[in-house]
Amino acid sequence: MTLWILIAVTAIGSVYSLTNKRTIDGGWRAAWWFVLPSLIGFLAFFLIPTIRGVYLSFTDWNALSNSGEFIGTENYTRLWDDAQFWNSMKVTAYYVAINIGSQTILAIGIAIMMDRLTKSSTVRSIILLPWLIPNLVAGLLALWLLDPNLGVVNDMLGWIGLGPYNFFTSTSGVIWTVAGLNTWKFMGYTALLIFAGLQTIPANLYEAAALDGASEWQMMKNITIPLMRPVLALVMVVTVVGSFQVFDTVQVATGGFNGTPGGPVNRSRVIYLYIYQTAFKFFEQGFASAMAVVLLIVLMAVTALQMRLFRANESDLAS
Amino acid sequence: MTALTDVVGYGNKSLRARVSRPAAWLFLAVIMAVTIFPFIWAIRSALSTNPALFAGDFDFTWANFKRVLGFASEAEIREASGRENTGELNFFRALRNSVIIATTIAAGQVFFSSMAAYAFARLKFAGRDRLFFLYLTGMMIPPIITLIPNVIFIKQIGWISSLPGIIAPFFLMTPFAVFFMRQFFLNVNRSIEEAALIDGAGHFRIFWSITIPMVRPQMITLGVLTYVTAWNEFLWPFVVAPAEETVQPLTVALQVFKTQQPGSAPDWSGLLAATLIAALPVLLIFAVFGKRIVDSIRFTGIK
Repeated sequence: MTLWILIAVTAIGSVYSLTNKRTIDGGWRAAWWFVLPSLIGFLAFFLIPTIRGVYLSFTDWNALSNSGEFIGTENYTRLWDDAQFWNSMKVTAYYVAINIGSQTILAIGIAIMMDRLTKSSTVRSIILLPWLIPNLVAGLLALWLLDPNLGVVNDMLGWIGLGPYNFFTSTSGVIWTVAGLNTWKFMGYTALLIFAGLQTIPANLYEAAALDGASEWQMMKNITIPLMRPVLALVMVVTVVGSFQVFDTVQVATGGFNGTPGGPVNRSRVIYLYIYQTAFKFFEQGFASAMAVVLLIVLMAVTALQMRLFRANESDLAS
Repeated sequence: MTALTDVVGYGNKSLRARVSRPAAWLFLAVIMAVTIFPFIWAIRSALSTNPALFAGDFDFTWANFKRVLGFASEAEIREASGRENTGELNFFRALRNSVIIATTIAAGQVFFSSMAAYAFARLKFAGRDRLFFLYLTGMMIPPIITLIPNVIFIKQIGWISSLPGIIAPFFLMTPFAVFFMRQFFLNVNRSIEEAALIDGAGHFRIFWSITIPMVRPQMITLGVLTYVTAWNEFLWPFVVAPAEETVQPLTVALQVFKTQQPGSAPDWSGLLAATLIAALPVLLIFAVFGKRIVDSIRFTGIK
């Protein structure tokens, strides 16, 4: 309660102190009243929790007692020696590599095909469908379709003499299954992002190339792909950051019906899941916060690296 | 655009173009089939009795949808699930919770974020650009950082396991919503507003009766996106109301229902009917607002 009051007082106080100043523009006073509700929301649920999250990572905050002592960097040294943490980072890295690899290649393919073949919004709507449904729904659909005994996918594979596969219960296969499932869910969305970027490539480039006798393939190689780079960079930054945060589908689709999600033998225990379990199953919220901070640093590093590699802020279309 | 298709379309006599066009269409067709098939198969399975599914068969019934919403008789439940006791199935309550949560969040977030966006786009005040930049930074913070402190905060103000607790973090703003609306306010012609200002109208009056009507389509788009996001949210209600069935939204109820199933013979037809009900409102919204959502994708990329 005290924190809540503190936030309200800070926000209202800052508005009063500012509205008391005289200005030429009459909008000054009104402006802060317009900003106030969003400012309270931002302070209470974004800014203060971020700072508090970093602070918690230096405490032994426990969810059961809802309190904790400052313990310095102990959580971080513990993290360093925690085999389970490294396993989760490794599993997540695998997942991101498989998911982003397949998803991006398919999305580029879909976007280029749509760009060259059809601007139909029906096609775009259909392709976007999996992105709109809850992750949990996608996870349960996959669980049903990929069931080793009753699943229709194994039936179909049987027609061509393959399988049956234990998609969600095989140690080597589970991360591929989860990655494939999320590729299904997000490839259409990614394709539409790339498609929107493709619309910015001037049509006269293609016309000129076609007049010079260039083939579709040459145009794709020499016009589309180079000019797509800045868009692709942004899309990659967004999707990679999103991919690192996979949780819902793992929680619902792995570990069988009443086992612990993340299995078999922790092969799908991604970092989000491990943080969730540490904070809300083992109640060690200080330790979990330390993992969240490490994940934040990893994500910032990955983003910075991508921006550099893709030269994201430069465009080849300049001048 | 016609010039372009004339040149590189079927008019092009090269062999490669003739081969690659049907191949490209085939690729798109396969992608669309893979996208749609799971939905069709799930609908088919949810319209069958559970014993038939286990026999690799199909036996038509509406009972699964009726029983997950609590409208089926005991005989129907037995016939559709193939079991004496299916445990408590009350997705109707979860459906109601989801509607309350998503509607409140969409209404609050769109309104308050639009107010802030109006100030950022229209009014001059000290620290405006710095504050907006701070909001933008907030977009880049992964939710896992704020998750634990937010749960602790909600616990401290006594809103744990309650609807206000589930709604609060998304009710007043998200940085994305403010950013989204600001883009549109910047593009609205301000001459009418200036005229109204000279005529003595207050800023709130101008915002309410002049600016809002001009950006109504964009507000609806944002509302739809916010509604869908709130409807699909799983992790937050899962950690803030883990054991409180009376306030759980559909996503959490689905997870709970799943974990209650016996691993050897789960109630697949019931689970799939519930799953489809969780997806249905989103699909309905999409049927109505589909084009709007597709057109807004350029913006959500920044989300």
